[in-house]
Amino acid sequence: MSYLLTATCAVPAAGAVLTAALPAGSTEARRRTTKLTALTVSAVTLALAALAAARFKPGGARYQLTESYSWIRSFGISFSLGVDGIGAVLVLLTAVLVPIVMLASWHDADPAPAPDGTSDSATFEGRRRTQGFFALILAVEAMVIVSFLATDVFLFYVFFEAMLIPMYFLIGGFGDRAGGPEAARQRSYAAVKFLLYNLLGGLVMLAAVIGLYVIAQQQGQATFDLQSLTSAIADGKLVIDPTAERALFLGFFFAFAVKAPLWPLHTWLPNAMGESTAGTAVLITAVVDKVGTFAMLRFCLGLFPDASKFFAPAILVLSVIGIIYGALLAVGQKDIKRLIAYASISHFGFIIMGIFAMTSQGQSGATLYMVNHGISTAAWLLVAGFLISRRGSRLIADYGGVQKVAPVLAGTFLIGGLATLSLPGLAPFVSEFLVLVGTFSRYPVIGVIATFGIVLAALYALVLYQRTMTGPVRDGVRGMADLKVRELAVVTPLVALTIFLGVYPKPLTDLVNPAVNDTLSQVHRTDPAPAHPVAGPAGGEQK
Amino acid sequence: MNSLIPLLVAAPLAGAALLLLGGRALDRFGHWLGTFAAALSFVFGLVLFFSMLGRSAAQRPVQEHLFSWVPVNGFQADVSFQLDQLSVTFVLLITGVGTLIHLYSVGYMAHDERRRRFFGYLNLFLAAMLLLVLADNYLLLYVGWEGVGLASYLLIGFWQHKPSAATAAKKAFLVNRVGDVGLSIAIMLMFTDFGNVTFNGVFGAADQASKSQLTAIGLMLLLAACGKSAQVPLQSWLGDAMEGPTPVSALIHAATMVTAGVYLITRSGAIFNLAPQAQTAVVCVGAVTLLFGAIVGCAKDDIKKALAGSTMSQIGYMILAAGLGPIGYVFAIMHLVTHGFFKAGLFLGAGSVMHGMDDEVNMRHYGGLRKLMPITFVTFGLGYLAIIGFPGLSGFFSKDKIIEAAFAKGGTEGWILGAVTLIGAAVTAFYMTRVMILTFFGEKRWQPDAEGHQPHPHESPATMTTPMIVLAFGSVFAGGLLAFNSSFLKWLEPITGHSEGNSPLSSTVVTLLTMACMLAGVGLAYAVYGRSPVPVTPPVGSVLTRAARRDLLQDDFNHAVLVRPGSALAAALVYFDSKGLDGFVNGLAATIGGISSRLRRVQNGYVRSYALSMFGGTLVLVATTLLMRSV
Repeated sequence: MSYLLTATCAVPAAGAVLTAALPAGSTEARRRTTKLTALTVSAVTLALAALAAARFKPGGARYQLTESYSWIRSFGISFSLGVDGIGAVLVLLTAVLVPIVMLASWHDADPAPAPDGTSDSATFEGRRRTQGFFALILAVEAMVIVSFLATDVFLFYVFFEAMLIPMYFLIGGFGDRAGGPEAARQRSYAAVKFLLYNLLGGLVMLAAVIGLYVIAQQQGQATFDLQSLTSAIADGKLVIDPTAERALFLGFFFAFAVKAPLWPLHTWLPNAMGESTAGTAVLITAVVDKVGTFAMLRFCLGLFPDASKFFAPAILVLSVIGIIYGALLAVGQKDIKRLIAYASISHFGFIIMGIFAMTSQGQSGATLYMVNHGISTAAWLLVAGFLISRRGSRLIADYGGVQKVAPVLAGTFLIGGLATLSLPGLAPFVSEFLVLVGTFSRYPVIGVIATFGIVLAALYALVLYQRTMTGPVRDGVRGMADLKVRELAVVTPLVALTIFLGVYPKPLTDLVNPAVNDTLSQVHRTDPAPAHPVAGPAGGEQK
Repeated sequence: MNSLIPLLVAAPLAGAALLLLGGRALDRFGHWLGTFAAALSFVFGLVLFFSMLGRSAAQRPVQEHLFSWVPVNGFQADVSFQLDQLSVTFVLLITGVGTLIHLYSVGYMAHDERRRRFFGYLNLFLAAMLLLVLADNYLLLYVGWEGVGLASYLLIGFWQHKPSAATAAKKAFLVNRVGDVGLSIAIMLMFTDFGNVTFNGVFGAADQASKSQLTAIGLMLLLAACGKSAQVPLQSWLGDAMEGPTPVSALIHAATMVTAGVYLITRSGAIFNLAPQAQTAVVCVGAVTLLFGAIVGCAKDDIKKALAGSTMSQIGYMILAAGLGPIGYVFAIMHLVTHGFFKAGLFLGAGSVMHGMDDEVNMRHYGGLRKLMPITFVTFGLGYLAIIGFPGLSGFFSKDKIIEAAFAKGGTEGWILGAVTLIGAAVTAFYMTRVMILTFFGEKRWQPDAEGHQPHPHESPATMTTPMIVLAFGSVFAGGLLAFNSSFLKWLEPITGHSEGNSPLSSTVVTLLTMACMLAGVGLAYAVYGRSPVPVTPPVGSVLTRAARRDLLQDDFNHAVLVRPGSALAAALVYFDSKGLDGFVNGLAATIGGISSRLRRVQNGYVRSYALSMFGGTLVLVATTLLMRSV
């Protein structure tokens, strides 16, 4: 048994403790030590995640590098980890984004200058701000990675819930510098809203987790082990009656749909992303929310195949509403970060649609979408954060003509926007098109409606660019500095990945395809056959 | 030899990457680097063309597979190229005209501090356009399709500090996106019908599909073509696109990108041939746009917008021809090629005039320029004669063939289409003669600029006039060369197929009718504009004239039907989201758990204790459940 997966989770967890325990950051040098420690830990985590992905053999068993340690034996709960192709790409995404987020947030947790000009580093809270911020990011990373790797339902549940706590403190404790007490009040409101929504989802899921255990126990399958449960369901050893299955499905799905978030459970997201720092907003939308969509694919479909099929049409309707609704709301926003948040809601609609269309293209596309949305939204949002930190305002109307004074900033912001509107050649296009084609082949009407989302995406992305970056240079924008070296180091890898994965997504699809096949066979779904299949090898390289 | 095909795309792509990422160090010679990349691609194109000439017709199409792009179970799309008679024709047009316009831009953009970036965008455009015509499957074509849209967006908005340029760029991209929805859906339909999106795969299986399936695909492809080629009802962006620098208007919005719709329909001939209803729709779009553009072209005083109306109208001819099926495909492409020469030449001439007139675009402020700008006058004049179809020049051969093909459609349809194309020929002669008279003849109507400087028109530098002269040669000879001995027909026929149709009129009669229409248009324009002084301020004009000046109310229509209701909907939803939906959920929570009172406490500063207690509660709940079960 290898310890690679445990190490991938344990390193950031230990790093969080270590970072929190470092001497308080009353001086610049000490804060620098803290930041470099956290960054090093996240780099080691990335190396471990890359190693795990490299060791993973796409043609082999669904879950590989498995580890299992008995935890609460009397309930059949174990600390079991294993990686499949879907988990592997999402762990990689997390491990790539965390160091980038740290670098982008380098000064976000420095002691804030008080209104009278003195620094708040005199107070205890001020001194521990930096440690707190970076330790919390590492804690989130550790918990998210465990969630992607857990092959025990209870283990997953615990970490799915636990990550709310560090996220809560990240949202409530650190925000854009702009605004005084009013901003702090808005922040607390956003943090509490985030917590309440997600806790409520989690509580409902807990009831369903216990319910599942009770039913399994009655049939002699007293375990939380995912693979035992799914194979027992597949072999007919574990039979859940349809009503109970649907109730349990809804219990799980509700929690994931709050987190993802699916329309109409999305209203916490714009507050949380708007009020937190750009780095935290990236953690929310690009990393933490992905646990929700990931869990739909792994737990809802794997454990409750018949209920998944039963509810799929309803979920597809909600997701296509989310696609259009989120995009229209983005068009109507006045606040840059809230606009990006609503754009994300639209994108989550695409991801969920791809999952529940239950076709190979839809689910492979949805998995790629999770990765590509993570990377491209991170680029867009972090550049927006750099912009906002220069001007001290999130309002679109406060900008104009930035491309004249800061062309590199404007250029990278445009690339982020173009990725968001799924320009062909960039990564999100591949995943969005796969989701659309996968949905269309089974539900043409929904596929067509969703396709109109691409017009709205162009509208909100290009209008945002036009209003902030073009036109005459506005007063508050004059003299704005272009991207600094650290900021370039943040944006460059994201832009490079967006282009690379748009041109050559094969490394990811090779990982993802087998896991998607397995998921589809769990729900007993096969792709709709083409009406008039082309004979012979004309369809390009057949694998 | 085939390994040269990817280099066609790679050369300008590398140029674009270097120019856009290279930094200020490249400012001194960046424009020459960009021109070199374009010329290199042209040379590769020539080599491939001559090597293709040396092979028999059946051996001419070649494929070059690079790598597997989107491999998912059941869905395959590769980065793979196909070079055949149709695509090599486009390659030569794109890289040939492209190189000339790069050269022209060296002079035209000499005083722009962001010239290096301009050349980067131009190279990016070439790469995307070449990808579009070289792709061997629809998904890769889509990359080129939106890639040229991106380049167009960047170049229309090149002078971003002008709000009008930024708005025009966004509008072009958005309207094109509506068309792209069509292309997306067409590809999805192909996938569900055939499980395949390659040209060979789809065309080979097309005859097995039902007529309704093929009609649906055809109509969606037509929607895509309408967006890219500025055909009614997605025409509204092209006039505004004239905000871009004039070389851009010449290359992208006249000679190449806007003709991509014609390429798409011709390339997809195997689908359209089996879907007559879709073909009828194509023909109708072409016929309507042909007249729409021509009418708009008559009313515009802005020289570039008059030419833009003309471009719409000429592409309308091509779309109409493509909609005729095998009767028209070859002539659609032939007109596309000759139009590429003379319209690019006309735009470069317009740019040269603007260059000499301090960027003035209003033709009512021109007049009498023929003596001061002789080269511009002669080259523009040859382009003018070509576009109105003066006997012997390029447009004569290609447009005449389309009019013949329209009649050859047969039946009532043939008569209607023939009449429309003839009327179009008359109107074309009218508005082009108007442009010619207003610009080069008559008395000087030059106006001082805002600071009171009188313009001093002068001939443009050699970097600008050389491309104009080359294009003028094309305007004169290209049509005759292609028509001679039906060489172009024989060249393209193996790919597009060809049938003669059955024309009720002999080709001599059609030619005579066309001549008569052209002379009528020229004569009318001379009567209106040539015999009396042209007023500097435009007369009020008839209702039609005023409507045509406003592009036949296209923007008013779009605004009333789409923009205003759309903004209202977005605003209403923003209100609903924060007050309705959020309020509903909050209210629900309050009713169930009395959370609102707690929220108030929270906002009073108990945030953390509250959060922790909530989480603590969950933990206790979990622990209790566990304990209870183990007892």
